[in-house]
Amino acid sequence: MSVAPVEVTRPETEKQAAVDEPWLTIVWNDPVNLMDYVTYVFQRVFGYPKPKAEKLMLDVHHKGKAVVAAGARESMERRRCMAMVSGRR
Amino acid sequence: MAGFRRTCEGVTARFARPEAVIIRDLVEQVIELVEPPPTAPDADELEAIVGMSDGDLEDPEMPDDPVLARLLPDAYRDDPDAAHDFRKFTELGLRSAKVESAQTLLESLPPGGGKIKLSPKQAEAWLRSLNDVRLALGVRLGVTDDFDGLDAEVEPDDPRYAYVQVYQWLAYIQGSLVAALS
Repeated sequence: MSVAPVEVTRPETEKQAAVDEPWLTIVWNDPVNLMDYVTYVFQRVFGYPKPKAEKLMLDVHHKGKAVVAAGARESMERRRCMAMVSGRR
Repeated sequence: MAGFRRTCEGVTARFARPEAVIIRDLVEQVIELVEPPPTAPDADELEAIVGMSDGDLEDPEMPDDPVLARLLPDAYRDDPDAAHDFRKFTELGLRSAKVESAQTLLESLPPGGGKIKLSPKQAEAWLRSLNDVRLALGVRLGVTDDFDGLDAEVEPDDPRYAYVQVYQWLAYIQGSLVAALS
């Protein structure tokens, strides 16, 4: 099984990251989710305009993963929930 | 079928009876799979009344069934404790949301097929539910690369062949719905 979660993580930085945006939501590539659907979810869940959503989708597709949001842990977890309801992992 | 399209009436599609039967059957299977287990602990009564929570799981684990694990994945890759906590508080809600989407699809797709018209809310539910079905099929078919390659890999005498056709057909339907909504 391929592994491709929407993941919440804390970036490792040399100096402590600013505490107001310390958590990241990462989307990993996977072969099942349709590219157009992923773009659609990025627009709906993350509220991005279509060009940005498409760019992020292509980032995920070509690079294997992409950071799609940064912010407080609660906010990242909430978006992760919404994305999971949509089938992203 | 020609997939979904946007018309002056809204988002519409026409399904033949066998098409409706296949979709409904797969969606019902997803419901059976993700329905919160009857042993789930009772939700806090007050929370249940005000609709704030679907309840928490006592000690949740990543499901053994690979399909269920795909539908209810961990939120934290390298942090089992955080993944455990996240699952504890969100898994029942996620299960309920998936069941709700699936039921919305079933309600808007008559078993006999025919022309259907979806409200924006129903269309969203269709997208999510079709995606869950495709995720489940993808696991069963062992989809690990772009699905275009699946045709070459699975010969017509392979027992998986019919499912590959369905999987790709559902991708077409889902894609047409995304396009109709965009």
